[in-house]
Amino acid sequence: MKETLSRLKYWYRRASAAGAEYYNAPYRAAIARAQRDEDDLFMLLVFGEMMGLPNPASWYTLELQPLLLERFHDWHTRMGMERSPLDGVRCC
Amino acid sequence: MSAILLLVLGLGGMAFGYFVYSRFIAKVIYKVDEKFRTPSEEYEDGVDFVPTNKFVLWGHHFTSVAGAAPIVGPAIAVIWGWLPAFLWVTIGTIFFAGIHDFGAIWASVRNKAKSIGTLTGEVVGTRARSIFTIVIFLVLLMVNAVFGVVIAKLLINNPGSVVPVWGAIAVALVIGQLIYRAKLSLPLVSLLGVGALYFLIYIGPSVPVSLPETIGPVSDNAAWILILFGYAAIASLLPVWVLLQPRDYINGLQLFVGLIALYAAVLIGNPTVVAPMINFGVPEGTPSMIPLLFVTIACGAISGFHGLVASGTTSKQLRRETDARFVGYFGATGEGALALAAIIAATAGFASLSDWQAVYSSFGQGGVLAFVNGGAAILSQGTGLDAEVAGTMLTVMAALFAGTTMDTGLRLQRYIFQEWGEIYSVKWMAKPAPATLLSVGTCLLLAFGAGGADGSGGLLIWPLFGTTNQLLAGLTLLVVTVMLVRRGSPTRYTLIPLVFLLAMTLFALLLQLKGFYETGDWFLLGLDLVVLVAAILVTLECVSSLRRVKQEQAQTDAA
Repeated sequence: MKETLSRLKYWYRRASAAGAEYYNAPYRAAIARAQRDEDDLFMLLVFGEMMGLPNPASWYTLELQPLLLERFHDWHTRMGMERSPLDGVRCC
Repeated sequence: MSAILLLVLGLGGMAFGYFVYSRFIAKVIYKVDEKFRTPSEEYEDGVDFVPTNKFVLWGHHFTSVAGAAPIVGPAIAVIWGWLPAFLWVTIGTIFFAGIHDFGAIWASVRNKAKSIGTLTGEVVGTRARSIFTIVIFLVLLMVNAVFGVVIAKLLINNPGSVVPVWGAIAVALVIGQLIYRAKLSLPLVSLLGVGALYFLIYIGPSVPVSLPETIGPVSDNAAWILILFGYAAIASLLPVWVLLQPRDYINGLQLFVGLIALYAAVLIGNPTVVAPMINFGVPEGTPSMIPLLFVTIACGAISGFHGLVASGTTSKQLRRETDARFVGYFGATGEGALALAAIIAATAGFASLSDWQAVYSSFGQGGVLAFVNGGAAILSQGTGLDAEVAGTMLTVMAALFAGTTMDTGLRLQRYIFQEWGEIYSVKWMAKPAPATLLSVGTCLLLAFGAGGADGSGGLLIWPLFGTTNQLLAGLTLLVVTVMLVRRGSPTRYTLIPLVFLLAMTLFALLLQLKGFYETGDWFLLGLDLVVLVAAILVTLECVSSLRRVKQEQAQTDAA
């Protein structure tokens, strides 16, 4: 009985692995590439920051500031800070 | 004539093809080697090159190549009687499609898993490669325009299928989220997904949805086509994991369930084939069987589209070279089995010969609707399933397949536009959204340009799709043949199908050209001319490249 159960478990695991591969095989490349692109961007930002290079995101997000301010305000009040913790950003 | 006999003969022939003929081809012609280091192992990167289990790869290859075409083609071609379609599907699968698909994978694997387009440039020449790009673009354009019409007709004819067809998209969206965000186990999600899909199929007939006959200036048919293209454009822009991947997966599972159910129903119910063996009294306007039969049934016998999948993704994931026989040849066999099911449904699913003749009253009338109605009759007779539910099940099967092919087709077409944008430095065209709009625009132009306000231009150009697709198959066979000549292997096994295909394609194009000229159909005449020029160029390329390679061979031998 125990042996049958473990054999069943083994077959279930194998079927599950084959199913996952069947699900992923056609799109593995596209998804892996998208993930790699995100990792590349993250790497660029982190290393740029570390080496003292100006972050291009700050320049590009300047236009979004009015929208971001609201979200920033929500964030710091949610975090239990009545006033903005950053000197440069005065939302309230 | 018993349908079981047809089934047994057809599947028996295909089994012979796989177990005997393909073994011979693998050993003597392609000389596949288990020890050959495949690109998936050599360049394994977890992105494109991943050694994959051969059964899984077969499933992926088969479901990628099986669209609506193996249903549409045979269901139209039985107008000449069941025997010609049956023979072409069986013989075509064994001696043409199997060799072609197997050969495309083999040729690609032997050349660092390059795509067949790149290989054409390297093996045959740059001219052939340019023709290749044009032919691919035309095939994609036609596939998208044709399938838009096919789905629209299905939705109008079976309003009960509207809920499951569109509901399948919602099911796929939920499945994608459950797998990637909720991290649920795949078997459980699959079970839930298939269960939800079949529940929608079950309730579909009780909540029929029909569009009004005219919506503003357009008919319901045209409205569905516009909605479908809108959907396909959005789907092709979404990240693949959100919709395309789970949708293809659920479709694949549904195809297996549907095929098994249909074959079981034939074995249980043993319906009689009511269509004539050879139809001598074809309706007026039906084109000549030779050569049109060989281009009307493309997928299911031999299809160039398969070469794109075989060399595009399959070859990069092949673990061992010997697996190419199972994945490629058996993949083609699976498609042949689907075409056989379509033939049986469109010839044995009618109560009498006059019923059948009423449906096949003119060329192109049968098609998917004959498959759905006939197949539903067989399913309900064999399994006791409610006829309406059976009809909805088959409609959903056909519509979903056409739908996923449309999504992928539009995505591929968009890539071609983006590539052209980069090559010719047209910046706006290299961006995804404008390129998608261009793809949709050209498809709509074809659908409404050739078909008028009804938008059914796609179906009118179906025979042109066949010829274009066969040209693609010809190019793939040419690459394989040139490679065989260079290796000193026997070439007749690929050369004979190549010559036959090109001859039939040229013959069909010339006949159609005459027909379009006589009816004054200038749009199709122009399109036909483009394909004809490509076909002639391919033929010339074939002759010159084979002669060149043979000369090189003779010089080497003499030295």
